[in-house]
Amino acid sequence: MSDIASRVKKIIVDKLGVDEAEVTNEASFTNDLGADSLDTVELIMEFEKEFNISIPDEQAETITTVGQAVSYLEEHAK
Amino acid sequence: MEFKRIVVTGMGALTPLGNTVDDYWNGLINGVSGAAPITLFDASKFRTRFACEVKHFDPTQFLDKKEARKVDRFTQFALVASDQAVKDAGLTKENINPDRIGVVLGSGIGGLITFQHEVMDFAKGDGTPRFNPFFIPKMILDIAAGQISMRHNLRGPNYSVVSACASSTNAMIDAINLIRLGKADIIVTGGSEAVISEAGVGGFNAMKAMSERNDDPTTASRPYDKDRDGFVMGEGAGVLIFEELEHAKKRGARIYCEVIGGGATADAHHITAPHPEGLGAKNVMIEAMKDAHIRPEDVDYINTHGTSTPLGDIAETKAILEVFGAHAYELNISSTKSMTGHCLGAAGVIEAIACIKSVIHNIVPPTINHFTDDPELDPKLNFTFNKAQERTINVALSNTFGFGGHNACVIVKKYS
Repeated sequence: MSDIASRVKKIIVDKLGVDEAEVTNEASFTNDLGADSLDTVELIMEFEKEFNISIPDEQAETITTVGQAVSYLEEHAK
Repeated sequence: MEFKRIVVTGMGALTPLGNTVDDYWNGLINGVSGAAPITLFDASKFRTRFACEVKHFDPTQFLDKKEARKVDRFTQFALVASDQAVKDAGLTKENINPDRIGVVLGSGIGGLITFQHEVMDFAKGDGTPRFNPFFIPKMILDIAAGQISMRHNLRGPNYSVVSACASSTNAMIDAINLIRLGKADIIVTGGSEAVISEAGVGGFNAMKAMSERNDDPTTASRPYDKDRDGFVMGEGAGVLIFEELEHAKKRGARIYCEVIGGGATADAHHITAPHPEGLGAKNVMIEAMKDAHIRPEDVDYINTHGTSTPLGDIAETKAILEVFGAHAYELNISSTKSMTGHCLGAAGVIEAIACIKSVIHNIVPPTINHFTDDPELDPKLNFTFNKAQERTINVALSNTFGFGGHNACVIVKKYS
């Protein structure tokens, strides 16, 4: 697992209170990991803070799974 | 019009003296002080560096980690106290009609700690707004009532009441009236407060409202003592199950006592100072007794607002003398804030629990920390100084007053 992937998964485990094993690349924040709309907003904010970037709203809306978050951040993280 | 009668069938409490009703009561009758140096934040630069904190509280013992993180400390307290009360009353999802149970809670300030931290974080940045999406739903004062409804599936009337330090008493009065009018069979009521933070302590310090006796925290809250120098901040929550009597009897509930009435008035005088003659305090006790259909001679014990401020204690005492006349000398009077500190919006319910326990056990909890008589107070009054007293208590009355000039009073009676 890349460094970015493990940092992303750590944030998800912490914020959504889920087991690490559940945080697979395919897992959807809302359908599989029990996030509501506020949780997903918080996750995006945490990613921004952790990787010191700003994720525009229209991009944030396309990040709905763990894998999507990891690939977006691998591409954009400074 | 004959009103429905209301009884208390469940209790829960998180207080500076203990995290259950029994621990709280044991602390009260043994004259224990809940005051100690502040641990919740670094208070080293503050004028007051001690408070009555709730101790050994780990929210994750009661709430899952994710839920605990999404609610402010005042809501954590409210959830834990309401869990205790609901369980104590024997209410389960199977044996209740959720549409007939409401939640009416009080808090003086709500999620001040959340507000403070979010705004501090914002101020550290470059002006780009990065507020947490849970900021508002954590902070708003009504959220405790909402969270309790979701946790226990209670779909009756649901809201919060604000009248500063009278909040939870006003909440209980609303609960009484909702049941009397047949709007609900049960109201989960009480209140919660948790503002021991930089903003909370600093704010009250700025008003010179709090004791600054940093060298001796446990004797700082000394209502009716000549050398009192302000209130000691407390925190906590109390939750009571108010239930319509016939409903309680039908389901075979254990009945702790009857709640016979309450009253609410305003001083219309000053934002923080009490009316010097205790006008609003006098009127509220009269209103509450009228509501409860009792005479002053029926009252055995008054749990006073008695915050240990120079002016407030005198004004309330004048009011008691005026309302009760010669019977004032037959009363037991005590301020349990001498032990719990002033739990602000939660004070009313925490002190109502002291009254309920007193009518059950026939013990008056003391006003501790009495060293020197105040010449401005009538020495013939029995302030229950320093040691609990045993006496038959049929009726107990609890006063609470809030900044803004709000006064509220609730009366409980032995159930027979």
